[in-house]
Amino acid sequence: MVGITSYGVYIPLWRMDRKLIRMRGEKAIAHFDEDSITMAVAAGMNCLNGSERASVDKAFFASTTFPYREKQGASLVAAACDLPHSIATADFANSLKGGTSALLSAVDAVKGKSASRVMVTAADTRLGAPMEDFERTSGDGAAAFVIGDKDVAVSIEASHSVSTEIMDVWRTQHDNFVRSWESRFVDFAGYQRMGAEAVGGLLQKCNMKPADFSKVVFYAPDPRSPMGLAKRLGFDPKTQLQDPLFDALGNTGTSFPLILLAAALDESKPGDSILLLSYGDGADAILLRVTEKINDIKNRKGVKQYLDSKRMINDYPTYLLWRGLLHPDSEQVYYTKFQENTAVPAMWRERNQIFRLHGGKCRECDAIQFPPQRVCAKCHSMGEFDEVRLSDKKGTVFTFSMDYTSLVDFPTVIPIVDFDGGGRAEFYMTDRDAEKVDVGMQVEMTFRKLFFDEGIYHYYWKVMPVRIQ
Amino acid sequence: MEEIKDRVAIVGMGCTQFGELWDKSPDDLVLESCLEAIEDAGIEPKDIKAGWFGTETSGNSGTALARPLKLEYIPISRVENVCCSGTDALRNAAHAVAAGVNDIVLVCGMEKLKDHYAGFTWTHMPQDYSRVVVRAMPANFFAKFATRYFHHYGLGMDEGRKTLAQISVKNHHNGTLSPKAHLRREITVEMVLKSPMIAYPLTLFDACGMSDGAAAAILTTPEIAKTLKKDYISIKGIGLASSATQPYLHDDYDFLHMEENVIAAQRAYAQAGIKDPRKEIDIAEVHDCFSIHEFIIYEDLGFSPKGKAKEDVEAGTFTLEGELPVNSDGGLKCFGHPLGASGIRMIYEVYNQLLERADQRQIKNARIGLTHNLGGTPGPNSTVAIFGRPD
Repeated sequence: MVGITSYGVYIPLWRMDRKLIRMRGEKAIAHFDEDSITMAVAAGMNCLNGSERASVDKAFFASTTFPYREKQGASLVAAACDLPHSIATADFANSLKGGTSALLSAVDAVKGKSASRVMVTAADTRLGAPMEDFERTSGDGAAAFVIGDKDVAVSIEASHSVSTEIMDVWRTQHDNFVRSWESRFVDFAGYQRMGAEAVGGLLQKCNMKPADFSKVVFYAPDPRSPMGLAKRLGFDPKTQLQDPLFDALGNTGTSFPLILLAAALDESKPGDSILLLSYGDGADAILLRVTEKINDIKNRKGVKQYLDSKRMINDYPTYLLWRGLLHPDSEQVYYTKFQENTAVPAMWRERNQIFRLHGGKCRECDAIQFPPQRVCAKCHSMGEFDEVRLSDKKGTVFTFSMDYTSLVDFPTVIPIVDFDGGGRAEFYMTDRDAEKVDVGMQVEMTFRKLFFDEGIYHYYWKVMPVRIQ
Repeated sequence: MEEIKDRVAIVGMGCTQFGELWDKSPDDLVLESCLEAIEDAGIEPKDIKAGWFGTETSGNSGTALARPLKLEYIPISRVENVCCSGTDALRNAAHAVAAGVNDIVLVCGMEKLKDHYAGFTWTHMPQDYSRVVVRAMPANFFAKFATRYFHHYGLGMDEGRKTLAQISVKNHHNGTLSPKAHLRREITVEMVLKSPMIAYPLTLFDACGMSDGAAAAILTTPEIAKTLKKDYISIKGIGLASSATQPYLHDDYDFLHMEENVIAAQRAYAQAGIKDPRKEIDIAEVHDCFSIHEFIIYEDLGFSPKGKAKEDVEAGTFTLEGELPVNSDGGLKCFGHPLGASGIRMIYEVYNQLLERADQRQIKNARIGLTHNLGGTPGPNSTVAIFGRPD
């Protein structure tokens, strides 16, 4: 049996009240220091949640919003999630159905014995032109799954895919914002037709009928279309269709069907049959069955907890600033002219420290030091250190300052943090309420965009108040 | 091993006006400070046998000192130890004199801070790591000591900030009495508390001036000093302590004191034979880059018992009229802080006080003076030097 052995999502803390853009509900928006990479890492860390990493031998990352046009995203996601060095990585790009494409490729790899465990992440931060329709419906988020053949919690039993060439939504390399043809064309010629073909093909292949499914999870280009499609295919939208979470989340692109699948799994019980449908340049329909093992992995942070844990932004310029649409430097804390430049070879040498957040543990005195040292700062012994991952440790604020010269995230909170289990380091604090920051505060780690200089996005770990207990 | 005490004399000193000196070049500043020192010492440039030049970023190599003065083919070293480059240059020069290698030497500290965008020198510093770390204005590193000190000793934020504000008020008052100081105006505690926050809990008026300036000294042996003039001062001790960034590696580093300050002071006190610094030191110039630093220096240097600096601040212990005047010339806060120049500027004030040339801020019967000069944000280097009238 091949299928999902673990899963996790990530939804940013921040919500925009859609009243600001003349629509009901809220949408999840990435903070100024988040992008598809950082959200994929957060979902991946949630998915891995302490499980062993050594047998993960492929990592796939699906998105339409990679930070670089040339340079892989999956390699960075794999490094930040502290996956093994011996690993095959691949990006699934350019299509909204990239998430399910990656999932199906992972299933094929495990079935074909070219991989034992594959981590699949999908994330998007797609931009609509300010005040246009797409800005109203889009949201930001990520999902991650580990696919394997041991301890399978959700088996992936069958799939049916269709492909079509259609200009429904697109973005050239010169566009900041997603373009689309008129919504009725997108819905009827694209979504409804491809969805029906894929689902119809799957039902036929599996000899199943709509009533056999506990839940159907449909990608949703807008709040209404999935209901129309469900009805048309003979499902009961009221009892069978997964809520597309439009009023709370928004369309998170590549990750959207996978976040909705996670929401369905959070509520599922062993024996449930679930139908997943993605859409984009065609469609993938996938049949999943929940096993007894689902109960072993349900202790993780679920979709509901992420949606309940939120803070609102109540003004539109803040959103524009965070998206880099108001000031050229606003994807980082400080103005570029205050910055020193980064030494790329040094960054490469320090890759385990920067991306994996490895500290050094002295074999003589057990003291953990960050960054790793050659000579122990405590007992002065030389050369005998083990690398330890600090990114999944919680910590306590020992002291802090708040920098009032910052451009965004004002004031920037800069604490000294003592890790649970030893080790100390200085970090920026993000996703915080400056009024509530204090000595003794409990924090956790989060991978974020740090700076943008000389054409390079620099990523590093920050701390944030423990978000979900 | 012989101690340095009374083996090196300072026979001449100079200091430029400090401030935003848009019309002065680095060479202008070096020249002006050195010529004043040379004239004060009663020597000629040709008498100088060697030079040490302290700067963080305002001039590469010994040439930056040789060029303005046209010193020809003497040995000159450029010393960089962040903000204590000046004191460290003088320490190296003093060792050369004490060792008998050079008999008359020139030390100059200079920084042309305002040729950098907003004075931010760190955009031009050498790379010894990737810098994919927290990057922040220096105020943030010192603010963390304030946060922790207030927390540890149970001072409320308001009470703590008011205590620190009194230090800025004192230094501003002293600055009004210093003709060469950058910032020369009286302020009040309320002005400090209401000034813009820069790095919570520190405000703009908790921070020192960002200034251009240079200061210089002529060092020689006591024997030669006596032949040159009557009024000179003598080095009693110099301690430098370089740390290994312990605040960020040791999870027991307390952020209540700086160990490098304590060790540098112990080293200097031992050389100078000082047992009770509060009683034996008549005047101190310390590294008040931020008010919180001057505050913890009171404890680190043994002027106040641990946790008790607040009582001394409130008693006025460190004012011009107090038991141990600190930063009589306005300190970094008001005289200004051209990084490489600051250590020599501190010695310039001690020199003038000990020689009773400090005019309206003269402290009566000053016999022993101390300078404390920190290099970098907490973690790097601290220097403490003791000076006195020759015995």
